[in-house]
Amino acid sequence: MASFKPTKVQVYPKLGEKVTQDTLYWKNYKAPVQIKEFGAITNIDFSPVAPHNFAVTAFTRIHIYGPFSQEPVKTFTRFKDTAYCGRFRSDGQLLVAGCEDSVVRLFDVSGKVALRMFKGHTKAVHITDFTSDRYQILTGSDDYTCRLWDIPNATELNTYQEHTDYIRCGVTSKLNRDLFITGSYDHTLKLFDARADKSVMTMDHGQPVESLLLYPSEGLLVSAGGRHVKVWDLLKGGQPLVSLKNHHKTVTCLCLSSSGHRLLSASLDRHVKVYNTTNYKVVHNFDYAASILSLALAPDDESIVVGMTNSILSIKHRKSLDESKEISGQQRRQPSYRVFVKGKNYVPKQDDYLVSKPVKQHLAKYDKQLKKFNVSKALDTALETWTRLRKPEITVAVIKELDRRGTLKNALAGRDEQGLARLLNFLIGNVVDPRFAPVLVTAAEMILDIYQSVIGQSSVVDRQLLRLQELLEREIDYQQDLLEVLGMLDTMFASSLPRKEVPSLDFFNVSVSYDIIDSLLTCQPWSNGKM
Amino acid sequence: MVEHGDIRVVHRGGSKINFREPVITHDSRYLLCASGECVKVFSTSTEECIHDLRGHTGLVTGVLLKPSNHLQVYSCSADGTVRLWDYTDGILIKTYVIGCPVYSICASANHEGVIFIVTPMLSDKRSDLFQLVAVDLPQSGDQLVEARELSAVLSDVSSNPAAIVFGRGGEYIASANGLHLEVYFFKKQKSYRFSLKEDNKKGGKNTVTCVACHPKDDCIATGHEDGKIRLWRNFNHKKEYTYSTLHWHHSAVSSLCFTPEGTNLLSGGMESVLVQWRYNQESERDFLPRLGSAITHITVSPDGALFCTSHSDNKITIIQSCVKVSAVIQGLVKGESVRTDMMVDPRSKSLVLNGKPGHLQFYSLPRDKLLYNLDIVQQEYIHESGLEQFEVVKAAFDASGSWLATVEERKQKDAELELNLKLWAFDEQTQSFVLNTTISAPHEARITAMCFCHATDSQTTMLVSTSKDGHFKAWQLVSDRALYRKAEFGPSWSCDFVGAYHGLVPECCCFSADGSLLAVSFQEVVTVWSPASWELLTTLSQPPKAVRDLCFGRLSCSKYLLGTTANNLLCCWNLLTCSLEWSTSMDISLLLADPLTENMAAFCCQAGSTDLFVFKPSEPRPVFSQKAVCSGKVTRAVFAPREEMLESCEESSQWLNHSQLYFLTPYMDLMTFTTKAEEDRLMASSKQLVIDDSVAMTPFYLLLGKHRQQEDADPLSGLSAERRPLPQCSVAIKELLQTPAHVLPSTSFLCSMFVQSLLISVTNGRSVETKHVEEEMESEKEEEDSEGEMESSTQRPEQASLGGQAAPALTKAQLRELKRVKKLDHSWFPGLLHS
Repeated sequence: MASFKPTKVQVYPKLGEKVTQDTLYWKNYKAPVQIKEFGAITNIDFSPVAPHNFAVTAFTRIHIYGPFSQEPVKTFTRFKDTAYCGRFRSDGQLLVAGCEDSVVRLFDVSGKVALRMFKGHTKAVHITDFTSDRYQILTGSDDYTCRLWDIPNATELNTYQEHTDYIRCGVTSKLNRDLFITGSYDHTLKLFDARADKSVMTMDHGQPVESLLLYPSEGLLVSAGGRHVKVWDLLKGGQPLVSLKNHHKTVTCLCLSSSGHRLLSASLDRHVKVYNTTNYKVVHNFDYAASILSLALAPDDESIVVGMTNSILSIKHRKSLDESKEISGQQRRQPSYRVFVKGKNYVPKQDDYLVSKPVKQHLAKYDKQLKKFNVSKALDTALETWTRLRKPEITVAVIKELDRRGTLKNALAGRDEQGLARLLNFLIGNVVDPRFAPVLVTAAEMILDIYQSVIGQSSVVDRQLLRLQELLEREIDYQQDLLEVLGMLDTMFASSLPRKEVPSLDFFNVSVSYDIIDSLLTCQPWSNGKM
Repeated sequence: MVEHGDIRVVHRGGSKINFREPVITHDSRYLLCASGECVKVFSTSTEECIHDLRGHTGLVTGVLLKPSNHLQVYSCSADGTVRLWDYTDGILIKTYVIGCPVYSICASANHEGVIFIVTPMLSDKRSDLFQLVAVDLPQSGDQLVEARELSAVLSDVSSNPAAIVFGRGGEYIASANGLHLEVYFFKKQKSYRFSLKEDNKKGGKNTVTCVACHPKDDCIATGHEDGKIRLWRNFNHKKEYTYSTLHWHHSAVSSLCFTPEGTNLLSGGMESVLVQWRYNQESERDFLPRLGSAITHITVSPDGALFCTSHSDNKITIIQSCVKVSAVIQGLVKGESVRTDMMVDPRSKSLVLNGKPGHLQFYSLPRDKLLYNLDIVQQEYIHESGLEQFEVVKAAFDASGSWLATVEERKQKDAELELNLKLWAFDEQTQSFVLNTTISAPHEARITAMCFCHATDSQTTMLVSTSKDGHFKAWQLVSDRALYRKAEFGPSWSCDFVGAYHGLVPECCCFSADGSLLAVSFQEVVTVWSPASWELLTTLSQPPKAVRDLCFGRLSCSKYLLGTTANNLLCCWNLLTCSLEWSTSMDISLLLADPLTENMAAFCCQAGSTDLFVFKPSEPRPVFSQKAVCSGKVTRAVFAPREEMLESCEESSQWLNHSQLYFLTPYMDLMTFTTKAEEDRLMASSKQLVIDDSVAMTPFYLLLGKHRQQEDADPLSGLSAERRPLPQCSVAIKELLQTPAHVLPSTSFLCSMFVQSLLISVTNGRSVETKHVEEEMESEKEEEDSEGEMESSTQRPEQASLGGQAAPALTKAQLRELKRVKKLDHSWFPGLLHS
């Protein structure tokens, strides 16, 4: 007595994302470590020297975290109001930060009290940075000015008052001690030279500028503002190079991977996108729980640190080589709960008589009905909402099985308005799917045959039938268009292939070209539709 | 043409065992069933075939236990005889000659010495009318008895044995034919006839298919075409009969049976569900579902403990009291036709072909037993007539047997063709094939041919399939990890190349032995491709008709490509010159190459029968030819490699040395070619296999077994001419074994006698005693002797026997062996005595 063979559900290859080197690289991070801060995290900066601690600016504090600690190794709390933009100097000894109370404070990383306080701005200072000679500080403020300060004397060197709105981002050149760039809410980026009194270059971003980034070569400048990320060529006098619009909310932060080949942008839309810097295509995407305000990559991409508006700091560390292997091995293991093991690990003694229990065959609900030849009920269970929406292949497999048994008509017949509407809904959703079309077309024909006498009695069903008709007409047009394209491709291939001299070998070219077209068509999801 | 007397076509198993209903013996240990021209005796516990009762010259049409003696069995046959057998020993006791074909047999304990048989109406033989005849079996001691005392009981009966049955205690006999039920009472000598309308109101068909009678009660059950069962009562009146109807089956009831006590009624049909109805409580019923295929017969053992059902897929299932299947006796499954080619599994050396629906069967040729069925379709089979189901249409093995490719298809009338190509990998652990890749819709139309690249040393495994859609596709095993998302997926198959030629339909394909060439025939054109680069190398053509079969030569003939065309031509192309080497006109239905030698076999259909030619492509004369191998057209055949090479030196039978040729006749009998010597050996070994399991395994038994083996070995070692296993010795042993211990003389007295009985297998004048004395000298002399004789008679014992020579040298060797055995016995025997 053979056991019942369950319905075979066809496994379709997923048309999902392609596995590239980038996805492998960017997916190779551990589950994030999440740390709750006191307020929205506005800035994250990595120390340029080992062990690469990073400073996290959130509300009135700046925390400094070690590379693997989850507790701050150092905290700066001497702010009267919200702190902004805590940044390390290139030797990692000093840290500068702006504040809502317009005072710029300079800290020794090992100390607690501010070494210097630079007073002069009249409004909140959102941007602070060291120049590359390490003795000067650049600040930008909501009072529309940016200033240069001398660290030893704590005096103001210069003030530039060219922007006409808040200055919210700025960056100093790492190669030239006199150059710095600021971005403002007046939509402009301005390149200043400390040796000159005025800006030397102005670029129009078009939106309030939120973030700036200089390439290591400093020939290219990246600016983020609004939903756009723009790349400018500084060596060509500030010519716009690329404009990227991949986020659907304001882009807040920019970052470059350690190799310089990938650009990362974070946005209020909770995504971090990774671009290839040669063709500026998005190669990877991270999702986060809340809007992102700040983003930083550790040297060598060892970790990705993201600060969010919900005051959560998320740190992802890169998996080490053996770890990544171990994890994949763990995934393969079956769950081994004690409940499942109970009694099964008992080793029988020598004289024990073993009473073997027949293994109970687990059947899906629809299979149970099919086993009892309850065809209508089997179709009903296969049309349950979850199955219908999430796993249409199961529903289709059951319909196919019923068709094979020759009882599909019985299963489809005798349904009320609601049941029929559900069935038609499923058809409308899936009939043009090339994977399901051959099965569903027969089912659709049968439904029309069975229920043609009741057409016109229910407005719901009639509306759905009209929708189905419309859908099919559209599909037919579409297929016709595709056939035309196919014909064009055919002629193009035929003309482009060089004719070989031996006439008997000609057909070989043709066969090869068919092969190419076949492979092209497999990329098209609609190629097999039989409508 | 040469005719060869010593190569014969032999029926090699695979005959039908579900033709007539099987019989379970009274002790429930044996099951007897008609199988072709013999009756097979199976053990109900081990499923082994114990005896073949051979003797009939026509199809056996019925088996019946003799009502008066439970150890004897009647069998009737279409050759016009009824034979009486002792089934425990497999001995023919008597043959009754009836003189006209017998279609079924029945008997009752109430009618001593009379059997009832169904024969055609004597008046005119061509009509389809049958009559039930009572035969008085003459009491005579002769082996062959003429039974001419026939008296007709009923005329116009059905030839179906299920339609005639004896009633309670043999008082009446019920027979059904078409819409009529006829009951004949022996006491009253009167018959009653009840008729039904052809169709009832609901369109059901009332034709009676089977009849059963209650053993204790006056009740007749009839099964009908529309699935109804009627229980007839009160039928000894013409008018006042009654019947009640039971309905569960949705199609015809093919068999009905009451249990011996009459408490239950069993019924079965197309649905392959055994239904057990309670007698008088018909609303209660038990089911035993999914028995595999349609039930054709049901029988119950006389004690009611075992049920047994025959199935349409040549299977007998033994069921213990309707709950548990205890044994399955499976013959070679025969569907309506074999759609896959016959193949030989390179690993198990078993024959592989279509089995039950959706399965491939692996059939062991030497043991004539089904090894297992491989489920290809993996879908619940719906037992309903007129339903189109998936069928395995093509299958192919690769050279090492580690891959199996199968194609299944399902074609509904108006729907599209559904095709699946499946590739199965051999799993060492489970020792069976495991599904590796399923390719749905590999082609847009039917697949016409499929073959693996058979090169053993190639790096990649390649499969080529040709289809009616005008393309052929090459499939290759890809183990590239980069293609897979997860590493747990092993290598799988994907399409490597799609080829076409002028939009013509490819019909067959063939790889050369080294895998360097692929030949694909497109109607009348044969294209030769290089699988390495997929370049078309050359085209060969032989208009005007399409090429039907393609075959590359092997070994020394590998430069030849052979093909047959639809206009009865056999062509041989030389691939070096790309030209036709020779062609000959013959209507070849099947061309196939021996995988181990250069030989090719061609089955030609001529004047309603098939001729076989075995030839080498390089030689003009055929190696072997036989006319009229069988009637009808042979379309399936296979060369099965032998496990050990046959050492036949005769030129005509050398082609059988490496592999054996099996073929299926149009009537689905499996036939083969054997030489006479091999046949004899097989017969001997089959006799030896018969082990009487009533003898316990005692040291005596083992000794006896050894002795018997020696006897059996004798004819092979050349003693056949003058061998005489002294009757005394066997008598002595038998006496020793069978006489009760307390009446035997003392063992020490018996010992010498027993040992002597073992020794006296020498037939020439020398006595044993002298041998004993002269042993030392003799052995030296013998060596000289044998050396001298070595030249005259060759080393091979078989040949010596064929030559018909007396072989004294061999006898001496035999003697030495015997002496060795005797020494062994001596050491063993006293030990037993003292213990």
